[in-house]
Amino acid sequence: MSLEAKIPPGPLAEKWSKHKFNLKLVNPANKRKYDVIVVGTGLAGASAAASLAELGYNVKAFCFQDSPRRAHSIAAQGGINAAKNYQNDGDSVYRLFYDTIKGGDYRAREGNVYRLAEVSVNIIDQCVAQGVPFAREYGGLLDNRSFGGSQVSRTFYARGQTGQQLLLGAYSALNRQIHKGKVKMYTRTEMLDVVTVDGHAKGIITRNLTNGQIDTHTGHAVLLCTGGYGNVFYLSTNAIGSNVTAAWRAHKRGAFFANPCYTQIHPTCIPVTGDHQSKLTLMSESLRNDGRVWAPKTVEVAEKLRKKEITAAQVKEDDRDYFLERKYPSFGNLVPRDVASRNAKEMVDDGRGVGGSGFAVFLDFADAINRLGQEAVAAKYGNLFDMYYQITDEDPYKQPMRIYPAVHYTMGGLWVDYNLSTNVPGLYALGECNFSDHGANRLGASALMQGLADGYFVIPYTLGDYLATIGPKPVDAGHPAFAKTKQDVVDRINSLLALNGTKTVNEYHRDLGHIMWEYCGMARTEEGLTKAKGLIQALRADFWKNAKVVGANDEVNAALEKAGRVADFLELGELMVDDAQMRKESCGGHFRLESQTEEGEALRDDDNFAFVGAWEYKGDNQPEVLNKETLDFEFVHLTQRSYK
Amino acid sequence: MSGNMNLTLKVWRQKDAKSTGKMVTYKAENISPDMSFLEMLDVVNESLILKNDEPIHFDHDCREGICGMCSLYINGRPHGPKRAITTCQLHMRSFHDGETITIEPWRAAAFPVIKDLAVDRSAFDRIQQAGGYVSVNTGGVPDANELLIPKVIADEAFNSATCIGCGACVAACKNASAMLFVSAKVSQMALLPQGQPERWSRVQSMVAQMDEEGFGSCTNTGACEAECPKEITLTNISRMNNDYFSAKLFREEKVHDHSGGGE
Repeated sequence: MSLEAKIPPGPLAEKWSKHKFNLKLVNPANKRKYDVIVVGTGLAGASAAASLAELGYNVKAFCFQDSPRRAHSIAAQGGINAAKNYQNDGDSVYRLFYDTIKGGDYRAREGNVYRLAEVSVNIIDQCVAQGVPFAREYGGLLDNRSFGGSQVSRTFYARGQTGQQLLLGAYSALNRQIHKGKVKMYTRTEMLDVVTVDGHAKGIITRNLTNGQIDTHTGHAVLLCTGGYGNVFYLSTNAIGSNVTAAWRAHKRGAFFANPCYTQIHPTCIPVTGDHQSKLTLMSESLRNDGRVWAPKTVEVAEKLRKKEITAAQVKEDDRDYFLERKYPSFGNLVPRDVASRNAKEMVDDGRGVGGSGFAVFLDFADAINRLGQEAVAAKYGNLFDMYYQITDEDPYKQPMRIYPAVHYTMGGLWVDYNLSTNVPGLYALGECNFSDHGANRLGASALMQGLADGYFVIPYTLGDYLATIGPKPVDAGHPAFAKTKQDVVDRINSLLALNGTKTVNEYHRDLGHIMWEYCGMARTEEGLTKAKGLIQALRADFWKNAKVVGANDEVNAALEKAGRVADFLELGELMVDDAQMRKESCGGHFRLESQTEEGEALRDDDNFAFVGAWEYKGDNQPEVLNKETLDFEFVHLTQRSYK
Repeated sequence: MSGNMNLTLKVWRQKDAKSTGKMVTYKAENISPDMSFLEMLDVVNESLILKNDEPIHFDHDCREGICGMCSLYINGRPHGPKRAITTCQLHMRSFHDGETITIEPWRAAAFPVIKDLAVDRSAFDRIQQAGGYVSVNTGGVPDANELLIPKVIADEAFNSATCIGCGACVAACKNASAMLFVSAKVSQMALLPQGQPERWSRVQSMVAQMDEEGFGSCTNTGACEAECPKEITLTNISRMNNDYFSAKLFREEKVHDHSGGGE
């Protein structure tokens, strides 16, 4: 099948305005005749639902949490990029576009990324108008900081809680439309399938998480804003409930899944303490501005540290290896996330890891405290130090933090064209749920930007074009496809509830996570991926025989919810491995040991792999089919990233 | 492992909103002090599942103290014994070997139990829907830097805006009052210039909805402030009261009508 990305022709800076002009409009009087389903109420979902309702469409919005305000966008710490150039430091839409394309290791579309940079400025205006309390200067203007190795200060922030404040802004806009009756909100409701009629998405099937009721909802279009799939690794910085089910169900109904192997592993997280661990906590990237990353020079010293025979402070300067400063003298501790993560892993693989488990390196503030004083360090990072102390019971003012990389974000997702439409007409994907803008590696402070760009400023234009084309005729809920899909959902629930084996679903999830982390994590090899594929298939088969799911459907049943999500992760995991195996190059977050430069950096193969890999589902236990969308670079020159 | 603990849990179990509930005793064995409180419950639940028992239901999601979903009343205090953290940030090192821990849901008429330890907090959403916003549509807004906001005002508004909507304030209050929650949102908007056009109608709409939901009155005890994981202050309540009475006594404008169809 051919993939039509529908990027408008012409100069970069004119693509989006021309495209907007060419899109069909829905007459204001007709908008109320259309129903739009929005699944997920994070930044992308809440902003889309509110904006579409403001235009006059009838919106039904869904979230599995008890309130739309709890979506995991709430946890984003750092900030949101925008090409405002308020700091007069040389930023521009073009520079943000260029940084994003390069940061993504040239595996994103030029057209999409330029549009993202272009609308970034509108996002800040919108959020301020809503009352989002961004950080400000004494003169009353907005403050900015630099972030993620960027050479300009373009990041807007609200202390370490930017995601929370942006989401509460979008939530307030959503609340206003709920109050007006333009959005019907369904909380504690999980989407379990998408209904297609004659190849078009026309509705969804949901389960009410309070009483188990399975319902059918019709709509002229379905927007999936359901976030990323990092929890396939079991441990990640995602919320416990974050899952791939909505996207995966859509995939099994025909939507292509693009670049599933592109995973972002964030270098500064608090290390795992034991098997009981349920999630990992991020320590903001901003810490690397003052903290120095090091590991002991020798295995012997590392061994003494692990056994607590000596403390970090007792390790002599000569016995320390500040490996990022040593290998990357110009960027030092501020190298991009993927590079910092891989280097920490190298230390651990080398036997030089620290902490009880040996899976950690140090992030040391002793020099910063000597230079600036403890008070100044506390003013900058106090809340992060407190959070670290709370979790580890170790005082980072007195001893270095222990950090280790953790899964944080997934760049892959449902394939969408320039209009955010999947290849299934009427089915759209927004935010982290789609694949489109970050290429193989996402830059810091860009996720919030993309979620809100899609919801506030892209979908309100592009959705109208499709709706105008299909017309406002009501969707027929009596079409057999609805009853059929509903029955599929019921059958699946029943087969999960029938599982009465000896192993809990959580154990399967943990096992899957181990496989993914070991073989499809920070470094991937042909051999390891082959092994992983077999292991996942075996684990999946075992799940459907030996898993144990308690309780019934017609009640609150967290075990059942989890079982459905893990079953989908067990399928997605294999596709991620296939994708990683197919992509015999390294790029951004995807690092194949077979493809590296002499210095050990990611080595792309632009001749053979400058494409989007979009996978097509072909039926249970059938190999998925790869469709390629070639990435054409008209405006930027492809180079090897270097941070030396 | 050495240092691990054995604990007794007394947990509120309730099948659904209609059933009556009761306290049930469980053993939590070999609990590492490094576990979070919710991880301890995960471990207990795993063993319950393997014994064919129904796991203890509780709300949780981000497990890093920001989503506001976790809501346990531990040994008589919302979010447990430590100040300024949520339940998910509480670690087992705050307890000692052999201890008995009582775990209950938020107790308030406006927060009916859904199952076990999870309650329905949708009343909070409805209060926000009644007016917790600035009425601006997407697009057509001025440049962000056209509006100057003094840093002290922006910072104070931010402090109010950090409320995570968990409901600990209601659970802590002997009257089950929601004043701290409502006043945090009212204050954020009342402090900022963006909130001025609807300032007087907003406070009336939100307070009216709060009363309709069945939350109790405020008697200035201050338990809400003491238990708030985000340290939202009583100043917010004063500010809201001031605005509310000001609106009622001196402002003639009607509460504007938020209902009605599209444009």
